[in-house]
Amino acid sequence: MNSFILFFILFSLWLLMSGHYNLLIVSLGIISCVFCVYVAKRGKLIDDEGLPIFFMPRLLNYLIWLFKEILKSNLSTAKVIINGKVEPETFTVKTSQVTDVAKVTYANSITLTPGTVTTKIQKGVFEVHALNSDFGDDVRTNEMDKKVTWLEGKK
Amino acid sequence: MELILNIFTSICFFIGSLSIIIGACGLIKLPDVFSRIHAAGMIDTGGTAFFILGMIFQTGWSLITVKLVLIGVFIFFTSPVTSHVTANLARQKNILPVGKKIGKIL
Repeated sequence: MNSFILFFILFSLWLLMSGHYNLLIVSLGIISCVFCVYVAKRGKLIDDEGLPIFFMPRLLNYLIWLFKEILKSNLSTAKVIINGKVEPETFTVKTSQVTDVAKVTYANSITLTPGTVTTKIQKGVFEVHALNSDFGDDVRTNEMDKKVTWLEGKK
Repeated sequence: MELILNIFTSICFFIGSLSIIIGACGLIKLPDVFSRIHAAGMIDTGGTAFFILGMIFQTGWSLITVKLVLIGVFIFFTSPVTSHVTANLARQKNILPVGKKIGKIL
């Protein structure tokens, strides 16, 4: 089942990238996609980590929220750089996700919003560096943590 | 119609250039490596996002739009990884960030 989903994703990517719809090109695309799926299956890469389909139903909702956050913190980072009110702080936060993919998603989301960077990771604890105490408070309220746990949907 | 699209593109390019210039100023101005990563992250997200949005207004609905969106997606996934690698390497070399540390850090 997961192999079919991977084949569908790969083949739609091929169709979108090529732009030529001859019989020859499309059949070459089918052959190479089937070969890729075969290699991935032989290497046991098609699991929850390689193809996290349990994210899919809630992914769009999360991405819209994340873009909004990125835009907001972009504005405040620009303000901080112009003002020069830089008071960096380092702290640790606990995570409540179960799978590794969700933890990586959470760490990447923290890093992606300007003003906060994940510097170190140990089991369930992240070390976060923030540009200002306002950015630090945004992470410490655990709003993003709850969102990613909801996105994971295992609890 | 084309005039409106051109105006939208100009606005997007203006915001994108502004965020890249501010990010570049931050790269020079901020005190240490960890703080400079924030400025680089601003260039990665704000700058590229607005530039790609502006280009999408010019291409309209075609296969090129899909390719532009894919460029955005790949930058979206790779830029936090590079930021994290830079910060993590600095921590492994025992460079401590300036500023206050709250609680016990790892």
